[in-house]
Amino acid sequence: MTPAEPLIALSGVTKRYGRGANAFDALKGIDLDIAAGDFVAVMGPSGSGKSTMMNILGCLDVPSGGTFRFRGVPVEGLDADERSLLRRRYLGFVFQGFNLLARTSALENVELPLVYRGEPRKRRRELGMDALERVGLAPWATHTPAELSGGQQQRVAIARAIVTHPDVLLADEPTGNLDSQRSIEIMELLTDLNRSSGITVLMVTHEPDMAGFAHTIVHFKDGLVDRIERGAGAGAPA
Amino acid sequence: MLFTTIILSLREIRRHVLRSFLTVLGVVIGVAAVVTMVTLGDAATRSVQAQIASLGSNLLTIMPGQGFGRGGGGAAPQPFKPEDVEAIRTQIGGITATAPQVQTTVTAIRNSANWSVSVNGTSSDFLVGQQWKIVDGRGFTPAEEIAGKSVCLIGNTVRTNLYHAEEPIGTRVRLGDISCEVIGLLATRGQSGFGQDNDNTVLMPYKAVQRRLTGNRNVQTIMVAVDPRYDSKAIQDAITALMRERRKIGADKEDDFNIFDTKQISDTLAGATNTLTRIVTAVAAISLLVGGIGIMNIMLVSVTERTREIGIRLAIGAVAREVLLQFLVEAVVLSSLGGLVGLLIALFACAGLSALMHVPFLWLPQINLIAFAISAAIGVIFGYFPARRAASLNPIDALRHE
Ligand SMILES: Nc1ncnc2c1ncn2[C@@H]1O[C@H](COP(=O)(O)OP(=O)(O)O)[C@@H](O)[C@H]1O
Ligand SMILES: [Mg+2]
Repeated sequence: MTPAEPLIALSGVTKRYGRGANAFDALKGIDLDIAAGDFVAVMGPSGSGKSTMMNILGCLDVPSGGTFRFRGVPVEGLDADERSLLRRRYLGFVFQGFNLLARTSALENVELPLVYRGEPRKRRRELGMDALERVGLAPWATHTPAELSGGQQQRVAIARAIVTHPDVLLADEPTGNLDSQRSIEIMELLTDLNRSSGITVLMVTHEPDMAGFAHTIVHFKDGLVDRIERGAGAGAPA
Repeated sequence: MLFTTIILSLREIRRHVLRSFLTVLGVVIGVAAVVTMVTLGDAATRSVQAQIASLGSNLLTIMPGQGFGRGGGGAAPQPFKPEDVEAIRTQIGGITATAPQVQTTVTAIRNSANWSVSVNGTSSDFLVGQQWKIVDGRGFTPAEEIAGKSVCLIGNTVRTNLYHAEEPIGTRVRLGDISCEVIGLLATRGQSGFGQDNDNTVLMPYKAVQRRLTGNRNVQTIMVAVDPRYDSKAIQDAITALMRERRKIGADKEDDFNIFDTKQISDTLAGATNTLTRIVTAVAAISLLVGGIGIMNIMLVSVTERTREIGIRLAIGAVAREVLLQFLVEAVVLSSLGGLVGLLIALFACAGLSALMHVPFLWLPQINLIAFAISAAIGVIFGYFPARRAASLNPIDALRHE
């Protein structure tokens, strides 16, 4: 990665769902650079392609066209296992629908990424409890998702995403299920992770209040980047 | 990684008790059904074979009368006489024993006990042909046979019912109207192939039975033991020719006697047993198939259910082979567990059913091994391959799976 190279560089990225007459272009050519250490909010109407782009950035899905360079590496050139290792090493992802393992305690859910990193049991426990503490769920460590509220599940999902201290945290509507008090706490947490740990944060949100915490705001419209606001919020690119 | 994966798998098994139980159940049913069926089939085969062996080998039984299915009617065929037995003994080659049989049923009385027994008037050749041993006392002497002395050999059932703990040799037993000295005790033979008790028998010299019990010189059947080195068919033809001549049957007339060959009967029974074995094997193969389809179903359903789980694991950084290893370990653990439980159930089922069916209780290592291996293999294959398909999806597609 040359010094000039941004952490994330999208150029002409498209995503087409379905084929033939049913084909639908969810992304129509995204050009976007994100520097390491930035705190980015992605806004836009429902169906404008925000989640689709987040999934591509999270290496969970592959673009139909264009290039996505992560740390200077073209992700299109990687196979499924290499993308898995990218996720394991650098990325934390908070899903819109939580995606926690059922019948599995909050702590075990949070520990799971550490299992695949080969962390020993004791260290997993420590890091897992730390992460739960950061989202204020330490007392619920042994509860399964079914025993937690939507907001609590959301916070378990955030704890799971940050437990590995990833380089990049991708969060798809992380405050979508929380009341405003909890939402502000989560935003403060993300701000803190961004500031003190230097984690690059990208989050999708509908609420301008939450977007206010970000340094960069990317506006989406119909599968395209409509406009980018920089410099307003808390985060500042390193 | 392997150790962690095993721990993860065991945790998953414990977490999904019902799903694990259903998977195990498929294997259990497959293994238990196959092992039980094949084992009992084999036990039944062996028991039929034992009964065939009890018929004695290479024995011919000659009795007066028309063959089966040729319509009765006409005059009753003339019975054999002791001279016919003598003629066979002296004129037919390749036979090791010839004995007349004069049979009747009488009530035997000893002290206050009475018991219905079958009396067989014969000669010591009968014991030779039947390979029937005397366990206590002695057999008939030639003098006793010639004189038709009232001496007898008793079977074990007779002894138990009339004597209890008392020593029978040298005592006298009452048979109908006559009294008879017990000179020997016969070895136990058990049930015949046709359900009658071979040990409820009293053997006496045939002349004694004719003179004192039946009151005529008729011989009901003649037993001939064929030397195994000779062709039984040729001997049967020679006997037929001799009997036709002695009974003055014209060339245009049918035989008025029959020759039964125990070897033929046992060959027929053995053939039927082989058919039985084949049927049981076919049914076992089908039940293994059905069990296999059951296992397959559960595994397919559970993998479909678990595609989201696979998606989550991939999304947080697992590579496909780690997810697969976990599924493989789970499938191996569940299938082996089910296999072992199935073998245990089969063991108990065989023990219980073999007693009910009066067949020997067996444990056949090879069928246990084969059923276990096949069911476990089905479990592993159908746990593994659908998981492999799921693990090859894009994480996001696996997560979206409903
Ligand atoms: N798997 C899919 N198959 C087909 N169409 C999809 C799929 N996922 C999303 N879309 C469509 O792509 C468009 C963008 O979706 P999405 O990225 O989820 O929007 P957003 O997150 O901005 O609300 C929507 O019109 C949606 O219906
Ligand atoms: Mg969305």
